Amino acid sequence: MTTKKMAIIATKGTLDMAYPPFILASTAAALGYEVQVFFTFYGLQLLRKDLSDVMISPLANPAMPMPVPMPVMVQMLPGMESMATMMMKQKLKKHGVASLTELRDLCLEAEVKFIACQMTVDLFEFDKSEFIEQCEYGGAAMFLGFAGDTDICLFV
Amino acid sequence: MNFDKEFDASGLSCPLPILKTKKALADMTSGQVLKMIATDCGSVKDMQAFADQTGNPLLSQTEEGGKYIFFMKKK
Repeated sequence: MTTKKMAIIATKGTLDMAYPPFILASTAAALGYEVQVFFTFYGLQLLRKDLSDVMISPLANPAMPMPVPMPVMVQMLPGMESMATMMMKQKLKKHGVASLTELRDLCLEAEVKFIACQMTVDLFEFDKSEFIEQCEYGGAAMFLGFAGDTDICLFV
Repeated sequence: MNFDKEFDASGLSCPLPILKTKKALADMTSGQVLKMIATDCGSVKDMQAFADQTGNPLLSQTEEGGKYIFFMKKK
């Protein structure tokens, strides 16, 4: 049986959007898939050594369940983003959902390959020393070389 | 049912029960049986899917007082 392959493009850097790539990548690896995740634009934030700054915003996010209905004018106030993030993290913990760092470590342990978009690093003038060492830097052609041969290819 | 290894994934949500099952199987030998306990009701379908896709047979799955108990044989 040939090994199945999955490729994911992770383009978002918020707490809610960070989960799907890490959950699917770690699970696919556990099922025996060879997995690569290409992090581009805001997705690059998910490769930082420290993930504690990854946040969720209630702003422009009307689907986010709130304990009390909150007008947009209130959601704009300073500190609301931190509060929403704290509440979401508490909720995730209470329900036994792994932290992003834990899921990312599980991906690495299962040999999921992380590729950081070199163009984004240059564009935002990121310092590579802020990113985990277990990622490679590459471009669209490098990713497509793998993605063209996969069974599942997702854009998140 | 007899088993060689046991772990409790109670309180953990998707995908942790599956990822921890995979890890537990890694240091077992072929033919050994793993007992896994979970409280995540999603793990019922996930464990079956894990068995189907990895070829490790799911010998039984039962529910007892909100806990799901799985016995999986390492292929």
